[in-house]
Amino acid sequence: MTVSAVDGWETVIGLEVHCELATATKLFCGCPNAFGSEPNTNVCPVCLGLPGSLPVLNRQAVELAMRIGTALHCDVRRSIFARKNYFYPDMPKDYQVSQYDLPLNVAGHLDLPDGSRVGIERAHVEEDTGKTTHCHGVQARSHHGVEARSGHGVQARSRHGVEARSGHGVQARSGHGVQARSGGGSGRIAGASYALVDYNRAGVPLVEIVSAPELRSPEQARAYVSELRDVLVAIGASDARMEEGSMRIDANVSVRRTGVRRLGTRAEIKNLNSVRSLVRAIAYEARRQADLLEAGGTVVQETRHWDEDGGRTSTLRSKEEAEDYRYFPEPDLVPLEPGPAWVEAVRVGLPALPVERRAALAAAAGVEPAEVALVVGAGLDDLVTAALDAGVHARLALNRAANEVAGRIDAAAADPAAFAGTLLLEQGGRLTPTQSKQVLARVVSGGDPAAVAASLGFEALEADTLAIAVDEAVAANPGEWERYRAGEDKLAGFFVGRVMAATRGQADGKAVTALLRQRRES
Amino acid sequence: MTGSAAATDVAADVRAGRRRAVDVLEGHLAGIEAREPDIHAFNLVLAESARAEAEAIDARVAGGEDPGPLAGVPVVLKDNICTRGVPTTCGSRILEGWRPPYDATVVTRLRVAGAVLLGKTNCDEFAMGSSTENSAFGPTRNPHDPTRVPGGSSGGSAAAVAAGFAPAGLGSDTGGSIRQPASLCGVVGVKPTYGRVSRYGLVAYASSLDQIGPLATTVADAALVLDVIGGHDPADSTSIPDPPAEPLSSVLGRGVEGLRVGVVHELTWDANPDVVARVVAASAALESAGAKVEEVAVPAASYALSAYYLIAPAEASSNLARYDGVRYGLRVDGPDVDAMFSATRTAGFGAEVKRRIMLGTYALSAGYYDAYYGQAQRVRTLLIRDFEAAFDRFDVLLSPTSPTTAFPLGAKADDPLAMYLMDVATIPANMAGIPAMSVPYGRGDDGLPVGVQILAPALGEAAMFRVAAVLEASR
Amino acid sequence: MPPTIAGMAERLTRHDVLKVARLAHLHVTEEEVDRFTGQLSAVLEHAADLAALDLGDVPPTSRPVPLVNVLRDDVVRPGLERDEVLAAAPAAEDGRFRVPPILGEGL
Repeated sequence: MTVSAVDGWETVIGLEVHCELATATKLFCGCPNAFGSEPNTNVCPVCLGLPGSLPVLNRQAVELAMRIGTALHCDVRRSIFARKNYFYPDMPKDYQVSQYDLPLNVAGHLDLPDGSRVGIERAHVEEDTGKTTHCHGVQARSHHGVEARSGHGVQARSRHGVEARSGHGVQARSGHGVQARSGGGSGRIAGASYALVDYNRAGVPLVEIVSAPELRSPEQARAYVSELRDVLVAIGASDARMEEGSMRIDANVSVRRTGVRRLGTRAEIKNLNSVRSLVRAIAYEARRQADLLEAGGTVVQETRHWDEDGGRTSTLRSKEEAEDYRYFPEPDLVPLEPGPAWVEAVRVGLPALPVERRAALAAAAGVEPAEVALVVGAGLDDLVTAALDAGVHARLALNRAANEVAGRIDAAAADPAAFAGTLLLEQGGRLTPTQSKQVLARVVSGGDPAAVAASLGFEALEADTLAIAVDEAVAANPGEWERYRAGEDKLAGFFVGRVMAATRGQADGKAVTALLRQRRES
Repeated sequence: MTGSAAATDVAADVRAGRRRAVDVLEGHLAGIEAREPDIHAFNLVLAESARAEAEAIDARVAGGEDPGPLAGVPVVLKDNICTRGVPTTCGSRILEGWRPPYDATVVTRLRVAGAVLLGKTNCDEFAMGSSTENSAFGPTRNPHDPTRVPGGSSGGSAAAVAAGFAPAGLGSDTGGSIRQPASLCGVVGVKPTYGRVSRYGLVAYASSLDQIGPLATTVADAALVLDVIGGHDPADSTSIPDPPAEPLSSVLGRGVEGLRVGVVHELTWDANPDVVARVVAASAALESAGAKVEEVAVPAASYALSAYYLIAPAEASSNLARYDGVRYGLRVDGPDVDAMFSATRTAGFGAEVKRRIMLGTYALSAGYYDAYYGQAQRVRTLLIRDFEAAFDRFDVLLSPTSPTTAFPLGAKADDPLAMYLMDVATIPANMAGIPAMSVPYGRGDDGLPVGVQILAPALGEAAMFRVAAVLEASR
Repeated sequence: MPPTIAGMAERLTRHDVLKVARLAHLHVTEEEVDRFTGQLSAVLEHAADLAALDLGDVPPTSRPVPLVNVLRDDVVRPGLERDEVLAAAPAAEDGRFRVPPILGEGL
């Protein structure tokens, strides 16, 4: 189903990720930046674009946008705002204030857990639009309504004669796109008889992160989104939740024969509501394009809509001509020149990024970074590091953290002392793996492992008790002991079984085996 | 109405309890009742609310409070300045009946200063025009000769002040829309330095050129109003942060001894000879008062008009996109939202607005941006440099405000380019962001008012007003 | 293809006027197209004097005020009441602005 080098085709993907910034107020006014309020209750003359209103830039939005650029290793520099002019009901001014010629952040990269590096062309600041809901007939279907959004059309490229963003050249527009936003229903409503508009979201600050067309598979795209999300959350810039609409993704997909350097014609895919949709849509589109080209057809540069239920992309209704956004510098705003002091303060103030944390934990544990990805992704690196410092073996600590702590709701509050203490008991043979997991389940958020073990009836078997049980098993089974002493190692299991029976399952198999070997050698 | 009509005198008398604000107001309302039908300066006279405001002012004075530097002064507001709960039409059908839910910053400042808001004055639609003939609600007539235009786009405010309906008014100036009507109506009109007066609440025409400013019968009144409305506003990102050094009212008597005055070559000699004669006379008066007057070249000024008629329509095409029938104002329905946009805008906008929107759209469009908008913005840089060079050698510059006196209604209505040329002398100051004002200085051969324009460097209003005061005294 | 600056005025055609009218969501009658084409051509021809200027090295000025970094604190300020906002709306329903259907949204 997927296109691969085996096929003779290579998939080329660039992603445009819009993330809503976690500010208290909107980009250009003091209205709350809040999710889920009653329609049109977080509005003012500025975000409604009322005649005579003027924008004033939110300092915290700039701070967060600079954090994003810094975390993505971008050049953070002087920038200006520009107007992107087009008509749509969810646009209060019928232009969007964005950044075009001189964006805040350029030329960065993102390192993925598998070691690959994806270029980031730019990450710029812009304002969000309102939300439109389609309605049928008499009754508003707003709870299930699909929200509409216009496509991105032609980036006016003529003024500099350079390619528009993400190296894919000019995109033709094919009419307004339908895109379910923020968890709305799937698909489209045909024959809607009117629409309703809510401007609560108009003016919310966004950063648009445009990757280079350097992703090569749906899985790598997934990894990119996951890593990007972890970065955005780690630096406090955004919640980045696709289900809530605070992260939205459009995918640019093209294919080319393996070994060819020139990029193929791309299609832009919208209406991706989850990472799963992203992966499926890319795979579908790459296959569609490859099949089309194999059959002698050509790929049309257009915007396509992902249909989650049908599992396919389809052309949106086209307009005859590409849109022309007539970008020009926003005269109501002045240039943004953060200056070296602010840029440095942002850099210094960033928390450790996921890639750095993976490297640090991997070094401490003596394993490969990819092996600690899950633990770091769950935010448990400090927990594991504390356990390592206490003497817990790396693989044990990583394993237990990944499997016993990571999925829990209280994982963030995991108590390092309890965690390490439990694992030390296990490591020292006083708890079996099974017992250890049960104790952990109870002490994750704090507690005394030994006391809990006792309360569960897991006698921390004294070393003497265990040795006595082993001696008794050996004495009771001289034939098997002779054979074991002669080298039949698998008889260790026989003795483990005997000791287990005698201790009602409380012996640690490994400890028993160790004792057996000791006796054999002595 | 007894007592001086000047704003400075009204305010002083009302604050001191020598006159009552309600009496001042009634005097003006009587004048409006008598002459407004012939002039049509107003879209809306706010008699009821003005009376309530005046009464409140008097009550405060009686209670020992000081209502502020404009206490009891009736002020008129151009109808593109937002007044909360009061219709603000911008001279357009597309905003007919629209009541803003907020006050412009300048309106708030006037209220805090104790002014009485007398009415909303007529203007060219969305401030686009030089005659007030582009208003959707009919033209305004020049009080000096009702067969002639008052100028534009702030023709209503200029006519109201010239007819004595109010001592002062606010207009907006993007290419000359305060100064040119001031010249044609024989009153004082000031365009401040760009950023000196907040644009928050001014319905935008061309954002990088628009400024609000005062019109008044005297230089002192204009200074007083500008002192009240000017100053930093955090709601306007283009607002200059530094407060003016000292009130303009206090510089007026300083004279012009030793001041260096340059008559701008490119803006002066193409005007009508009787207009030029007034500039010559003004130069002589300034020399008598101790100034040194010479001619100066500002070469890029010759290109300013062309550049303006690319930049202003470009910004306007974007600023006026929001009038789409969705959220306020006129809506003409259609089968789908695009059809509704088009039907609404086609019905709601007049021809001049449509022309400028299309011209501006063209100037910004793909393939044309560099040649038009881009080139015009480079000319702008040249003009700024040329003015800076001129202001190295001169403290203020002089020119006619308008190449002609008031022309007859209808004379230029069918020739947009001829109308645009009325702004040739005023446009350069907007393009460069420098302050400029028009001071009435005598009459043309036809007996109609002529204004002389004074230009100063950015934030150089003090020098400009000093010159204006001397000219006013020498008339 | 961008016009040479010298050829500015000649290039404004009826087709151009129709195209910009559409972009700006304005209907124009046939008569208006003719009239506007003539009038706008005259303006652009007058602007052809800009063509004489070689301004390759001159940076453009977008706004005549040398300000940078005008920012505000991320603090909530009171906005508008919904009733007041919707009172101005030509059509409203369910606390939202109501508009005719948006074409291109359904297939």
